[in-house]
Amino acid sequence: MYVQIKDVHKSFLKDNEQMKVLDNINLDIEKGSFVSIVGPSGCGKSTLLNLIAGLDQADEGAIYVNDEQVTKPGPNRVVVFQSDGLFPWMTVLDNVTYGLKLNGMSKDKAEEKALEYLQMVHLSKYVDSYPHQLSGGMKQRVAIARALVMEPDILLMDEPFSALDEQTRMVLHHELLKIWQRTKVTIFFVTHNIREAVQLSEEVIVFATRPGRLKKVFSVPTSKDGIMPDSVTMHIEQQILDVLQSEIEKVLKEEMGSDYSFKTNQLHRDHSDSMGSNI
Amino acid sequence: MFPSLTQIFSTLFNGLVTGQITGAIVKSLGRIFIGFSLATIIGVILGYLIWKYKFIEDTLGFVVTALQSIPSIVWFPLAIIWFGLNDFAILFIVTIGATWTMTISASSGFKNVPVLYQQVARTLGSSGLHFIKTVIIPSSVPQLLSGMRIAWAFSWRALMAGELLGASDGLGQLLETGRALGQMDLVISIMIIIAIIGTIMDHVVFLRLEKNVQKKWGIQ
Repeated sequence: MYVQIKDVHKSFLKDNEQMKVLDNINLDIEKGSFVSIVGPSGCGKSTLLNLIAGLDQADEGAIYVNDEQVTKPGPNRVVVFQSDGLFPWMTVLDNVTYGLKLNGMSKDKAEEKALEYLQMVHLSKYVDSYPHQLSGGMKQRVAIARALVMEPDILLMDEPFSALDEQTRMVLHHELLKIWQRTKVTIFFVTHNIREAVQLSEEVIVFATRPGRLKKVFSVPTSKDGIMPDSVTMHIEQQILDVLQSEIEKVLKEEMGSDYSFKTNQLHRDHSDSMGSNI
Repeated sequence: MFPSLTQIFSTLFNGLVTGQITGAIVKSLGRIFIGFSLATIIGVILGYLIWKYKFIEDTLGFVVTALQSIPSIVWFPLAIIWFGLNDFAILFIVTIGATWTMTISASSGFKNVPVLYQQVARTLGSSGLHFIKTVIIPSSVPQLLSGMRIAWAFSWRALMAGELLGASDGLGQLLETGRALGQMDLVISIMIIIAIIGTIMDHVVFLRLEKNVQKKWGIQ
């Protein structure tokens, strides 16, 4: 297997208490596949991504990418974050060549390669602009180009489109799929948007929360364009939503109190039936 | 005791032409250039150490705040004992006047580097000196610049006080000469020069640098 996640456990210290975030995660990802993870917020999906990136260390277990154990961040596992994270003191071109030059590529060669990838995300007109001169969608495109130009073993995406407006997101979905089909890069995509996950990826992993576990894996057989939902994807969306419903309720109950009910057709009743008795 | 305006301007003009004031300006600017540069370098290094190591932050970080509240001229008696009544003593108080505020600005600048930039750089493979040079320093440029601006103001004040008390030349000493000779027109001329240099540095140099950075970064 190309990416292997083996018996990974991870806890955080919160208010002097160990809080288990990831509980015995086992996952294999094949080369060239597009895998999404969905789950309620706080379920540990971003933590898992950080572990693969090497930005954080697992308490137990190990992660292998291309037969190499992950111990620290490295350019073979690049992340596209929710915010673009472009360096504001560098031009678009300098941002994209940053990683290449750092890993020993000559300036001319790095720029040539960066231009090729900037063309792929349709930004060749903006090479000399500074990030603040671009729109949110353009910035995220640059961030994707900056990641892809490293030709990573796996591209990690942590809710990359969640800060964008609907139209921009649709266009970027379409472009990301085209790029994936063209480069055959392995993509690990974290999102809370079920539709996004189903429309983009071949495999959708649903995460259970507190502690984070793999709940169910769906494979999406349909051909993808990233824009239009069809009856197959709609059906899978509904299935995922059903699986997630109980998880979402669990989180809400924890946050809002135990009398919270997420399902609208189930009215909550106070069984003591004594209005005003607590005044 | 109040000289006329024409008298002041003629003294100012003559001083600039004959080299009496011009020479003093050159001498003073030379001192502040050395002292301010030293303070900036030391401040950035100390700021880096405070940011990097928790135990230094707990120890030195606390002391720096205390040291910053000591006006630098207070160091002058000690400086005279250590170095004698010479240029070194003046350079010492100029440097020490600006170092602590620079240290605080630098460490807070480094602390405020967004985690996102650090994560991006690390996943692209940056570490060590390259990481500091390409991420930590450029990302804290706005705060380093405003720190330098305050540091310059502190060292400029320290320089004038030091020269007034213990220099054989420079603007501060010319002020003292004017007082000794009862030449109020000279005293006021020097005050005008001090104000002009202070304004030029603040508005033309530092403010313009800050504006350039803000424009480049897109901060309004």
